[in-house]
Amino acid sequence: MLANVPLLADFPLFPVAASEQAPGIDALYWFITIISIVMTIVIFAALAYFAWVYHSKRHPHATQIEGSTKLELTWSILPFLVMLVMFAWGAQIFYRAQNPPKDAMEIFVTGKQWMWKIQYPDGTREIDELHVPVGQPVKLTMASEDVIHSFSIPAFRVRHDVMPGHYNSLWFTATKPGRYHLFCTEYCGNQHAGMIGWVDVLEPREYANWASGGGAQGSLAEQGEKLFQQNGCATCHLLDQQGRCPILRGLYNKPVQLNDGRTVLADDAYLRESILDPNAKIVAGFEPNVMPNFKGQLSEENVIQLIAYIKSLSPGGPASQQGTQQPAVVIAPRSANPPKVANAAQH
Amino acid sequence: MADIVVSEGHEPALEGTHLKHHFATAAQQMDADTLGMWTFLITEVLFFGGMFASYAVYRNLYLDAFASTSLYMNVVLGGTNTAVLICSSLTMALAVRAAQLSNRKHLQLFLILTMIFGAAFLVIKGFEYHDKWVEGLIPGIHWFGYPEFPQYAYHAEILFFLYFCMTGMHALHMVVGLGLLSYLLIQARRNIFGASYYTPVEMIGLYWHFVDIVWIFLFPLLYLIGYHLHLHHK
Amino acid sequence: MATLVHRSPEVEAQEVNYLNVEHGWKSWLLTTDHKRIAMLYVISITLMFFVGGLMAVLFRINLLEPEGLFSAETYNRLFSMHGIVMVFFFLVPSIPATLANFLIPIMIGAKDLAFPRVNLLSWYIYVLGAILTLYAVVRGGVDTGWTFYAPYSSTYSNSYVLAAAFGVFTAGFSSILTGLNFIVTVHKMRAPGMTWSRLPLFVWSNYATGLIQVLGTPVLAITLLLLAFERIAHVGIFDPNIGGDPILFQHLFWFYSHPAVYIMILPGMGVISEIVSCFSRKRVFGYNFVAFSSMAIAVLSFVVWGHHMFLTGESMYTGLAFSLLSFMVAVPSAIKVFNWTATMYKGSVQFDTPMLYAFGFIGLFTIGGLTGLHLATLGTDVATHGTYFVVAHFHYVMVGGMVMAFMGGLHFWWPKMTGRLYPEAWSKFAALIVFIGFNLTFFPQFILGYLGMPRRYHAYPPEFQALNVLSTAGASILGVGYIIPMVYFIWSLKSGPKAGNNPWGAAGLEWQIPSPPTTFNFDETPIVTEEAYNYGPLEEVVG
Repeated sequence: MLANVPLLADFPLFPVAASEQAPGIDALYWFITIISIVMTIVIFAALAYFAWVYHSKRHPHATQIEGSTKLELTWSILPFLVMLVMFAWGAQIFYRAQNPPKDAMEIFVTGKQWMWKIQYPDGTREIDELHVPVGQPVKLTMASEDVIHSFSIPAFRVRHDVMPGHYNSLWFTATKPGRYHLFCTEYCGNQHAGMIGWVDVLEPREYANWASGGGAQGSLAEQGEKLFQQNGCATCHLLDQQGRCPILRGLYNKPVQLNDGRTVLADDAYLRESILDPNAKIVAGFEPNVMPNFKGQLSEENVIQLIAYIKSLSPGGPASQQGTQQPAVVIAPRSANPPKVANAAQH
Repeated sequence: MADIVVSEGHEPALEGTHLKHHFATAAQQMDADTLGMWTFLITEVLFFGGMFASYAVYRNLYLDAFASTSLYMNVVLGGTNTAVLICSSLTMALAVRAAQLSNRKHLQLFLILTMIFGAAFLVIKGFEYHDKWVEGLIPGIHWFGYPEFPQYAYHAEILFFLYFCMTGMHALHMVVGLGLLSYLLIQARRNIFGASYYTPVEMIGLYWHFVDIVWIFLFPLLYLIGYHLHLHHK
Repeated sequence: MATLVHRSPEVEAQEVNYLNVEHGWKSWLLTTDHKRIAMLYVISITLMFFVGGLMAVLFRINLLEPEGLFSAETYNRLFSMHGIVMVFFFLVPSIPATLANFLIPIMIGAKDLAFPRVNLLSWYIYVLGAILTLYAVVRGGVDTGWTFYAPYSSTYSNSYVLAAAFGVFTAGFSSILTGLNFIVTVHKMRAPGMTWSRLPLFVWSNYATGLIQVLGTPVLAITLLLLAFERIAHVGIFDPNIGGDPILFQHLFWFYSHPAVYIMILPGMGVISEIVSCFSRKRVFGYNFVAFSSMAIAVLSFVVWGHHMFLTGESMYTGLAFSLLSFMVAVPSAIKVFNWTATMYKGSVQFDTPMLYAFGFIGLFTIGGLTGLHLATLGTDVATHGTYFVVAHFHYVMVGGMVMAFMGGLHFWWPKMTGRLYPEAWSKFAALIVFIGFNLTFFPQFILGYLGMPRRYHAYPPEFQALNVLSTAGASILGVGYIIPMVYFIWSLKSGPKAGNNPWGAAGLEWQIPSPPTTFNFDETPIVTEEAYNYGPLEEVVG
């Protein structure tokens, strides 16, 4: 049940602060604003004062002055020092905003002209509505299916662009139960102004009630497992034997060595790329051109489900009903053939 | 400290017909024309620069795909074109010199040679473009999908787009250059240029050298990326 | 009083001047006189200003109601075309192609710009670009915003992207040629004795602007070309589906478009220096600092473009670098504001109309510049990016700043350019209307922005309505404020009292010659022996 909190007042002048981050950002905002107001008053007052005292009627003879290097340096350096404070403070806030806590609850957002599709780990799906509990850090992992969008919740003071082709994320901890706007803030076409929705912040007990409904199709990982079977992934990525493809059990967030010598981390972005552009990175010891390219066949939401399934194959990942209890196996290249460099064609 | 130059030594004698009314001296006019042409060439650097920047970004991201495109780049034709352009710059410089020495016959000769080299460049380029069409390597319009290295198909399409964009823009500048040279030739036949007035020859010479230098950068970047892998044109 | 030219005493309006020396449309359309070309630009730019302004009035009417009064499609095309027309066809050419075109040769003692025919060519290129863009408008417009972000503009938009892009591409070359002309002119055509340190600050500002035009605009040209190829042939350079990167488009676009905003303010700053010194009867305080601040702005403007992209997923280090550099570029602007204010100290201040616009500029530019700090600061940009806060910020600097400076400059030099005076009471009234209308339109938008109202929305949640209504009311007042001068300026051409050479008693070479000037400006080349703004001997040299 929604907490009975009214909408924003009829003629608001300042947004409500409903997240842990918001007061800090507001403090910096006021710091800059007050300095701006002071500087504006100083300039306006100086202009008004000089215009009055030195009006041609009162002051018919102008005194020719060349300048003052001391003044110039003072009024250049002092404001710059103040600006450095703004810079450092802002940088610190921004840094915090880029680094969600490890225990953040992850929710997936797909932006598409002109709606926001939300997927929860337990498989619940919503459109244009996001339910979160009070006091719990929430990380939104977002991608776009088409053009550039931008996800923003003004009451939480969070915003990030949502790009096609890779993941972006933002995080927050809601502090006040209520219903808050969410907006798309990067022009994305005809119904850009319609790509809006609501964030419902619930007390933990109410949130548990809401969430216990669960997704009819099972958790994200379960949905991903179905896709894994339906799309033939299991034929190669056999979980318990080595096929022609790297093993996926235990893979998530482990380092992977590629055939060009680089080592990368098997994070969400890596998994997404491996599904939608498999030839971009080839694991050492395996061949290019073996895995089919699923771009166009799998939506961003499907990819999110598959990634949730793959994560469930690692210890500590979300549980999947059909996964067997095998210990993590590190990927090893086939020993039969030496690794080949992919771009040396034989002619 | 005035910045208006009254140059010693090589001050052209005042030739009334060529001095425009808003300039005080012929030296000032030549100074202004020269600065104008250099400024224009700097804008051209920035113009091509956008394409070079895009190239740098994608090459950094997709090095293997870019190297694979060397299979399709005809280094022989490209290298020949490089030599052709360098020769054309030589003849252009000689043309400027001929104008400075009031040598009308040599001026015409070297202008014509420069134009022949320029035209040869364009003809060779035409053959190269035709080969690309036959092999289905025109991105978006006539792309056969890069069968030799299908794993690089998408990224190679981007490189070929940059190839056509950069060499095409360069070729367009060459065509404009040929037009300017024709104009110079016509004026030379009318005996307009001499020691006292050769500014247009020098300015267009600067432009021609610039177009040459752009090619000197394009050639290794586009043709020679994967050359050390010993890929050959079929 | 500075006497810089040997001339016959007090020459009243000559019988023959640049306006009446020849008649007929050919004498105007084939002219190479920089003053006539400037007037051609005045007419075309004014037309485009009213086209863009009409669009603004229309979409502000739409915003009276939370559901919007027009369709989303109409609104989206209106705001996009408003941006394109105002940025590329009004603000970028405005002062340089009109006032600077007219005045720079005169201010440095030259007979014309270095390349008069290139000057005329730049006008024709501008007109061609305007025709292409107006064609796009008439056919239904473009709806990508003036920023043309890929992949929306390259793949998804159904509007006239190509026509608009080619219109802007074309106009870019007009800008490049103007800048090139100014750079060469200032380097090579100064009269004897006119050293760099004696140049009017208006010349310094437009010279710095020319540098930006010449270096930045070509990158816009190639960016639009790449976008056009992507749209026509789908080659993939900005298409993430095949490895292209839409963020590359943003980098290329903003590499020009950030310096472009300094093209859209520096010339205005030059005008303010001229006006403030004349109506304080004083040389500008800190001439060297003001001159070099123009150059500093020009240089720094090229290294801050990433502050438009803080939320695209750039690395933390990139964000830090661009944020710090953005603060640095604020310093030279602040120096100017302080110096103009200090110029009035112990001056002899007069409240003629140009000075009213200068006051407006200094105040509103200060607010606009300070609100830029909220955007340069990483932590607060998260809360304000993509909202009306940004819209308010840039309108404060571009309209409260540049357009006020343009109006001030028009009022200051109108007697010189046309030989006529305009009615003072009406002009002061219009200045006041503009100031009131402007603030009513845009101040509420700061509040709306921090509340979270996104920009480019044709409809909005109902709690934002009150502020939107205030803003629309202001816009209609602002529109009236701009129409009044059109009326009295045109009136003055026939019926205004004749201005003498120097109705303001200002220093500067342009005030030593007749109003309107003759075709070649000077009977004899002036010999300059004094610094700029020599209203009297130096009395205080504050160390």
